[in-house]
Parts: sequence; C-alpha cells; structure tokens
Amino acid sequence: MTTNVAASFQYHAPSSVEEACRLLAKYKGGAKLLAGGHSLLPLVKLRLATPEALIDLSRIKGLSYVKAGRKGLAIGAMTTYYDIESSDVVKKAAPVLADAAAQVADTQVRNAGTLGGSLAHSDPAGDLPAVVLALGAELEVHTARGSRTISVDNFFRDLLTTALRPNEVLTEIRIPPLPARTGTAYVKLANKASHYAVVGVAAVVTLDKAGVCAAARVAVTGAGPHAVRAKRTERILIGKKLSALVIRRAAERAGAEIGDGFNSDIHASAEYRAAMTIVFAERALTEAVGRV
Amino acid sequence: MTTAFIGKSVRRTEDPRLITGKGTYVDDVKLLGMLHMALVRSPHAHARIKKINVSRASKAPGVVAIFTGADLQGQLGSLPVGWVLKQADTHTKYDMKAPPHPPLAFEKVRYVGDAVAAVVANDPYLAADAAALVDVDYELLGVVTDGEKATKRDAPQLHTEAPDNTCFEWDVHGGDYEGAAKKAQVVVKQKFINQRLIPNAMETRGVVADYNTGTNQITIWTSTQIPHLVRLLFAAVTGHPEQSVRVIAPEVGGAFGSKLYLYAEEIITGMIAKNLARPVKWVEGRQENYLATTHGRDHITYGEICGDKDGTITGLKVTTYANLGAYLSTFAPGIPTVLFGLMLSGVYKYPNVSCKVYGTFTNTTPVDAYRGAGRPEATYLVERMVDAFARELARDPVAVRRKNFLPPFKNGRAVATGVLYDSGNYRAPVDKALEMFDYKAFRKEQREARGSGKLLGVGFSTYIEICGMAPSAVAASLGAGAGLWESSTVRVHPTGKVTVFTGTSPHGQGHETTLAQVAGEHLGIPMESIEVMHGDTDRQQFGTGTFGSRSITVGGTALVMSLKKVKDKMRKIAAHQMGVPAKNVIFEDGKFYVEDIREKSMDFGTVVGEAYNAKNLPPGMEPGLEATSFFDPKNFTWPFGCHIAIVEIDEDTGQTRLKRYVAVDDIGNVINPMIVDGMVHGGIAQGVGQALQEGAVYGENGQLVTGSMLDYAVPTAEDVPSYETARTVTPSPVNPLGVKGAGEAGTIAASPAVMNAAIDALAHLGIRHLDMPLRSETVWRAINGAKAAKKAARSATATAARSGRKARR
Ligand SMILES: Cc1cc2nc3c(=O)[nH]c(=O)nc-3n(C[C@H](O)[C@H](O)[C@H](O)COP(=O)(O)OP(=O)(O)OC[C@H]3O[C@@H](n4cnc5c(N)ncnc54)[C@H](O)[C@@H]3O)c2cc1C
Repeated sequence: MTTNVAASFQYHAPSSVEEACRLLAKYKGGAKLLAGGHSLLPLVKLRLATPEALIDLSRIKGLSYVKAGRKGLAIGAMTTYYDIESSDVVKKAAPVLADAAAQVADTQVRNAGTLGGSLAHSDPAGDLPAVVLALGAELEVHTARGSRTISVDNFFRDLLTTALRPNEVLTEIRIPPLPARTGTAYVKLANKASHYAVVGVAAVVTLDKAGVCAAARVAVTGAGPHAVRAKRTERILIGKKLSALVIRRAAERAGAEIGDGFNSDIHASAEYRAAMTIVFAERALTEAVGRV
Repeated sequence: MTTAFIGKSVRRTEDPRLITGKGTYVDDVKLLGMLHMALVRSPHAHARIKKINVSRASKAPGVVAIFTGADLQGQLGSLPVGWVLKQADTHTKYDMKAPPHPPLAFEKVRYVGDAVAAVVANDPYLAADAAALVDVDYELLGVVTDGEKATKRDAPQLHTEAPDNTCFEWDVHGGDYEGAAKKAQVVVKQKFINQRLIPNAMETRGVVADYNTGTNQITIWTSTQIPHLVRLLFAAVTGHPEQSVRVIAPEVGGAFGSKLYLYAEEIITGMIAKNLARPVKWVEGRQENYLATTHGRDHITYGEICGDKDGTITGLKVTTYANLGAYLSTFAPGIPTVLFGLMLSGVYKYPNVSCKVYGTFTNTTPVDAYRGAGRPEATYLVERMVDAFARELARDPVAVRRKNFLPPFKNGRAVATGVLYDSGNYRAPVDKALEMFDYKAFRKEQREARGSGKLLGVGFSTYIEICGMAPSAVAASLGAGAGLWESSTVRVHPTGKVTVFTGTSPHGQGHETTLAQVAGEHLGIPMESIEVMHGDTDRQQFGTGTFGSRSITVGGTALVMSLKKVKDKMRKIAAHQMGVPAKNVIFEDGKFYVEDIREKSMDFGTVVGEAYNAKNLPPGMEPGLEATSFFDPKNFTWPFGCHIAIVEIDEDTGQTRLKRYVAVDDIGNVINPMIVDGMVHGGIAQGVGQALQEGAVYGENGQLVTGSMLDYAVPTAEDVPSYETARTVTPSPVNPLGVKGAGEAGTIAASPAVMNAAIDALAHLGIRHLDMPLRSETVWRAINGAKAAKKAARSATATAARSGRKARR
C-alpha cells in the first residue's frame, strides 16, 4: 500500500482508565490503545496494523505527571518525552532518563511520544526501554478488574512484545531512588534516518566509599529483538575498582545476552552491531563512572 | 554603480503568505463535486499482468469508477521522451531505444509502483480502501536492478525494443586518451558508484483536473516546474486540443528536478476527469512518492586519470553505466550524457578526455534529473580522480589543482570535451577560500589528532557546472525535443503599477522577489508596485519553466528585454511631449529628463498615463504599455568555485561528522545575496546528504528497501555545520545581467569535497577510496580492514626478518 491512508477504524476517547479497560475487554484484542501515536499511527497508516478500534488515552486526566517521593520517582504513562527531558525533578532523581528522553528522535516526536507508549511498544530500537531496565523500574498496569505491578526485568519479552496482556493499560512507571555515589549514562549510535538506536547502552553504576563497584545495571537496546540487561557485564563490574581495563573487559561481554540474536539491516550488519555494543557499553560505563 | 535593488538582500515577498499558511498548493484546491483518485500500483518489480479483477473493488462504498490500462488504452497514449539521442549526432552510436511507456500498465509491470488501475471515489479514504480490493493476477518475471548487470546476456529483459536492456551508447572523445595514457608516467584507476537518490521535495506531487463539458476545457492544477511543457505534452499525448488545456502550477513545495516531466498521473487524472465530466484529485503519499516520482543519479563508473610525476594531468577516461530505471522519463537520456559527459573537463587543461556511457533499463523507478542532474555525477568523478592522482604522487591536492587549472578568460574558452565555457577565473575562489581556512594550521591539527580516536580530514572541490539551460539550437543538436528559450511580458497598468509575467516556474527559489528587483531597478519604481506572475498557461503565452539554474540567466534576460522595450516606448512618448529627440531623453530616478536641461522632466506615472490616454502620442505609435520578449542565449553559463570540507571520523565507530564547510562560489553577478546564500546552503546540505547518508537501496527482488524516511536518511540541520560562504565575481558575457545561476552549485560541489575529506582522514591507514554514502559501518570496516592489513604486513616483515636471521645463523 502506498497511499498513507489508514483503513477505517472505530475511535474512542474514554475519560477514565476503567472505561479504557472496559473498551479493551469489549473488543477482545481487536482494539489498540493510542498514546502519542508515533509508533502506532505510522503502522496504521501503512496498514501494517489494522485495528478495529483505537482507544485514545489522551483525554484521561491524571496519566501525565512526574512525582518524587521517598520511594523514588513515579511517572504517569502518558508523560511525554518533552515533559521528562525538561523536568527538574527527573533531572535530579534520574538524570539518565531526562538525558535519554532528549535523545529520542526530534522535537515533534518528543512533544507527542510518551514513556508508556515507548515501553508498551517495545520497539527493538527504542531508547527508553534500555534506560528503565538500567534504572530497575517497576511498572503498574490496570485491567477492568484491578491492577498489578511488573518488574521491568520481566517486562520486555520479544520483538514488539511485552508482558502486558491485551486487556491491560500501563499507568505508571516507578523508579527507585538512586543510592549515593551513583553515576548514570545513556549513549547511542543513532540511525541517521530515524534517529532510533542502532545500538544504545544505558548504565547505572554505584561505587562504595573505597571506589569499589557496589552495584551496576547495564542494559542494551537496538542490538537484538528487544532491550536486555547485560548481566555478564554487570557481574564483571561488581566488586571491582572500575579501571579503564575493567570497564573494557566488562564491556566486551555486553552483547553476551544477545548471543546470535543481533539485528541486521541496511543500516548495520549483525557483526557491526555486536562491535558497537561493546564500544557503546564502554562509553556508557566510562561516562557513568565519571559522574559518580 | 549604485543600484536601488540589484545586489541587495531584499526579503522574499512570497514568504509572508507561505509562512502564515496562506499559500495555495494543489491539495488546497477544492472544487464542487470533486472526486478522489487512488492508484493501484504493482507490488512486484517485474511481472506479466494476467488478469485484473475489479468486481470486489467496484462494490466498495463510495466508489464511482475504476479504470484499468486496458479501459483507457487509446486515450492515454504513451508518455513521451523530450530528449532523443539520435545517431545523427556525433556522440550517439545508434538511435536510442524508446520503448512505449503506458501511463497505466496493461501487459507488464516493470517496477514496484508501476500503476495498473485507477480507482475514483467520493473521498480519498474510500478510494484507498477500494484500491486495496482490486485483484491483480501477476505472473512473476526475473528482476534486475543494477545498471551494469542489466546489460549482461542472461539478465531479465524489460523491453523487447531494447536488447540487453540498453537504451543508448553515447560517447565523447576529445584528444587521444589512449595515446596520453601510454605516454603517462602515472595512471590511476578507480571504480566509482554514484548511488541512487530520492529527491524528497517537501510537497509530494499532486494533480487536480477539471473538465468543462460546455467549453471542452480541461484545467489541470499540478505541482510542476514546467506548466507549459505539461500542457504541450498533454495535448500531444491525449489529442485534446492544446488551446483547450490550461495548466496551473500553484504554489509548488520544492521539486529539485523531480517535477520536471509529464507524469502518468497528470494524464490519468486529466482524462478521467474528462471521461467522468467531474473534477478529480490525486495527491501522492510520501511512500508513493518514493516509488512513483523519479529518482536521481545511479551511475556505476570505471574511471582512469593519467599524467606526469610533476603533477601535470594529461587525460581522463570514464566508462559509465547509467541506470535509467524501468522507462524513460521526459529528460532522462539528456542527464547522463550531455549534462555529464560534456562536463568531464572540469576546470582543467588536460587535453584528452574519453567518455563512454551506456544508458540501461532496470526494474526500478525511472531516473531523471535531480538537483545538479549530471553535473554532480561528473564533478564527483573529476574531483575525486584529481585527488586520487595527487595522492598517488604524494603531492598536495591544492597544488595539483592549481597546476592544472585553465588560465583566466573573460569571453569563451573551448575545452577537451568540445564545449565552450563562458568566463572563468578558477584561482580566485581558491585564493579566497584559503584566506578563510588556515590550511597549514589544519595539517598540524590533523597530525596531532591521530591517536586520539578522532581522525580529521580536509577535502577540496574546485567544481564547474553548466547553467542557463537554453541555447535552443545547441540543445537541439544534442537531443532536446523542445526549444529552451524563455519569455517575459511586462504590463504597465494605467496607474503605473506593473505586472511581470514570466515563463519560468519557481518552486521555492524566490523568483517573485528577484524578478521584481530587476524590474524595479529598470523602471525606477518601488518593488511594492510590481507583481510577478508565473505558473499559469492562460496568463503567460509560453515558457519553458524552471530547472538547470536557468531562470535568472534566461528568464531574467527575457525580462530585461521587455523592460527595455517598455522604457524605450516611454522615452519616445516623453521626448515627443517635451519636444526633443528621443536620444536626448534619459531615464533616471524614475523620471525622464532632457539631457543637460535637468529641470525639464516627466515622471514615470505621467508618461504611463500618456501611453494610455493616447491624446498626444508620437505619430504612428500604438497606445498602451506592454511588451513581450523571447530570449535565446548564445551559450550556457558556467559557474564555478572552491568548496572545502573538514570532517572528523570516530575511529571506533566509523561515524563521520562534517565539522566545517567553506564555500566560495562564482556565479557571476548576484541580484539577491540572501536568496543566493539560501540556495547555496540548501544545495550543500543535499550534496553532504549524498556523501554521508542518503541512498536508495533496492533488494534483489526489486523492492525499495528504503521505502520511507525511517530508512532513507534525508539530511537535517543536525547533520551540517554552520557554513562559511563567500563569493568571487566573474560576470558572464552571455547575458546582459552578467549572471550565471546559483541553484545547483552547492549540491554539485559538496559531495566530492566531503568524500575527499573523508579519504584524507583515512589515507594514512592506506585507504584510497570508499563509495558514498559513508555509512558508519562502511568506514568502520575500511578502518578495520586497513589496520588488519597493516598488522599482517608488519608480522610478515617480522617473520621474514626472523627467518632471515635464522638462515644467517
Ligand atoms: C520519526 C520518528 C522517529 C522516532 N525516533 C525514535 C527514537 O529515536 N527513539 C525512540 O525510542 N523512539 C523513536 N520513535 C518512536 C517514538 O518514541 C514513539 O513515540 C514511542 O515509541 C511510542 O510512544 P507513543 O506514545 O507514541 O505510543 P503509541 O504509538 O501511541 O503506541 C505504541 C504502542 O503502545 C501501546 N500503548 C501506548 N500506551 C499504552 C499504555 N499506556 N498501556 C498499554 N499500551 C500502550 C499502543 O497500543 C501501541 O501498541 C520515533 C518515532 C517517529 C515517528
């Protein structure tokens, strides 16, 4: 299809999460939630997705917010990239999130795209999935009947596939407070055309008073079918003083979890992605350690 | 000379309406009872159409009519070719093959996007829904997308009329290259791929057609650069009488050459409107644009340059396979021949040039002009090869260029390819550019940066190009199917206000401002009193349009001629009424004075009034005040310049960043420096885009892999630095304004400058050439390959040394 015209669909704009859940249930998997629309609408216009109905979340009050408390940050699913990158609260509590949000696409996309949409879509090249993985976030989701919390470690399952069930709405992303002496970074090799991550690496590193690595969470996006933690890299880091050499050795294992699952397309072969995973892991770690 | 308007950066008068959303583009045209058309396009690159079944689609809601190629056969004709290479011209081996190009395919489809049926419905959404329901039964055929492979014996054949998929063989021979190569101390050979580009005008194409059954008039609004040629060709192809066709180019949101043709959709929409006697609109989607609007470039070239160790270049040879796509677009045969082969002398003295071009058909979107059209391809080869030659000799690329430059000339200089340049002073822009860029300091910085992970490189491009597409006789001898002159009309209204009509057809270049500056200068009236009209065949009797940086050189001169006629008539009226001979009347500051007797004068408005009230005109003079002129220059114009690119390459990732860009252009006299800067800026971005990131990619099966902007990397502000621009001025002798044209220089110059810079950054590793675009992986692989080769060489020498020692022991 070449006309950029969507097939016909029903449109709903519920005013509460409960109503949105009821509508989802009613369409039995035939409906799609619409957030910023910057992943969904291109698919709909190209007729790569032909949902029976779109359920627009933008009229629901109270899904767009940033709150800081003792338990960390709570961010509404409908909060846009722009709101995140320009939030002083986020900049202070989880600077890497603001940083990464500012690296997404361009101003137009950032004005509309949402954190919830980005996570729920689980684009293999999306930036934020890696960042929330590294931050160890928890995700709150609702159905018509109630709610549950999913650890981000169990959230991204496969290409464009998450732990969300078809009748669930993601409502809140919670980010635990960062311990003292923690440095964070997100760096990416951007696709020249779309600005999506060819490879992106997020790192959150905590050192103890002696400069020994007490905790590390590293996550990779763009490289494989979905964002993943680089657990082998983390293990090499923890318990060591993070010299350039240690960082280098740890970075070399950053693609281990992806194995032979590296993506390959006209922008980057699997071999190049594997090599760039190492380069960008090293850069992310070096930057994060520098910021402790 | 002091001027009122010429040479001033007057703000663009078209901008207030455009930036406040008050422009009328094709999609803004809404007519009563208008229907919407969607085209069913082939999803296959090469297939026989066995059957088209429209029964499901015709039952879909809102559908008014469906037409297949077979339904309209006989009404649509075949899309014409406006540039025909004939054996009779000395460059062409045999008459080129021009297979039929049906606007709606009916036997075979030959590229993904080839239209097979048109669905007309009450709204665009329903038309698209129904188009998806048209069932086409295809029998798949073999596919070839590579312009060189297409010529091989076992390649799938697209057209029975063109054996070996070869449309033409064209050549230029100046001097004796083979003889020069034999005598030369150095010969450097290199294969170059000039990748296919997608033009990406901001506004896609679109057509609205309306038919009046009472008057038999067809009106077509189309996003085009050539309204008059569209009318002429539409009439020729469909047989609808030319005087009953009106073509309007409303605001056109960019084109870059891609709207310079008669397109299938213009004919289809027009004839369906006529068949249904209702207005019909078709607006191209972006993905559709990527398939259905022409592409540019796509050359595979085997190049050679030869010369002596002292840096003297003696000859250049190229053999090029130019991919023309599945069918011939209107000007396709002219681009990789005349605008390419004849440009291979560059700004240099070398007396021997040999060029052979094969134009070939492939299962891809038709290829035609794209910003620069032929000259970027030629300039890329010349400037890359001159660099490669200098590098082979380990000589400085600037010094080698200077050594081989043609000496300055003011009025005509023939070069090895046989063309005549108008005026040139090729050292001047180099000198100026090197005042802006500290070359010595850079070389030091470059050496020091090595080892830091960032590699720096500088690249030069001392380009020349050809503008002012006109001399009709010359163009005709080379294959042009239409005259390429330009027209203007200057109408002075009774109140002293002026309308200028031009046959040029701007689509972003700001002609309304520039031409009003020229008219204001000549008539001594404020620009607010002047309106410039264009883009409507009912307003201007004929015009060629806007392309090849021809509007100011050819159209501007036609305007000056009309302005002179108007002034001459006014001078005669004033002289008559003041009782002196016309030769004694001068026009200055908006007044007609009697020479030497300054007190005696008539102002502009008064003389205009006299022309209209006609009470006291010189005997035999006609009343009214209007003049029309047609201008056909004697030669093209030949802008040139020196561009310098500085790039930085990340050694670990291969990412190449353009750090700095210095552009010194010589485009002759300048009417509006701000507009020229805008042209240069945009042009450079497109040239940089080709070098670093753009490129259409086809899969083996002929699918366009870069089918949207998610995969096709159009450059943005983020990808280019703030340019440093300057000019030298060598006026052109071929037109009274002394102008040369500025629309394409940036694009032509930039790609080789950037590529030369990248190779300069990598040369110490032993890298001599990389093809565009410089995707980071391409550079990363080259760096790794070069490092591995060095390591292997080192260990080989070490092993040899060790075994040598052993042997001695
Ligand atoms: C030109 C362009 C460039 C881009 N570049 C980048 C880039 O560089 N980096 C990057 O990360 N992304 C990029 N994106 C994608 C962009 O970030 C999207 O906005 C984002 O991925 C999806 O967020 P959204 O709010 O637009 O979601 P939508 O498109 O509205 O929805 C996406 C999917 O998530 C589901 N969904 C949305 N919200 C919820 C919810 N609350 N609960 C459950 N399911 C939900 C939808 O049903 C849909 O399936 C780009 C997009 C474009 C158009």
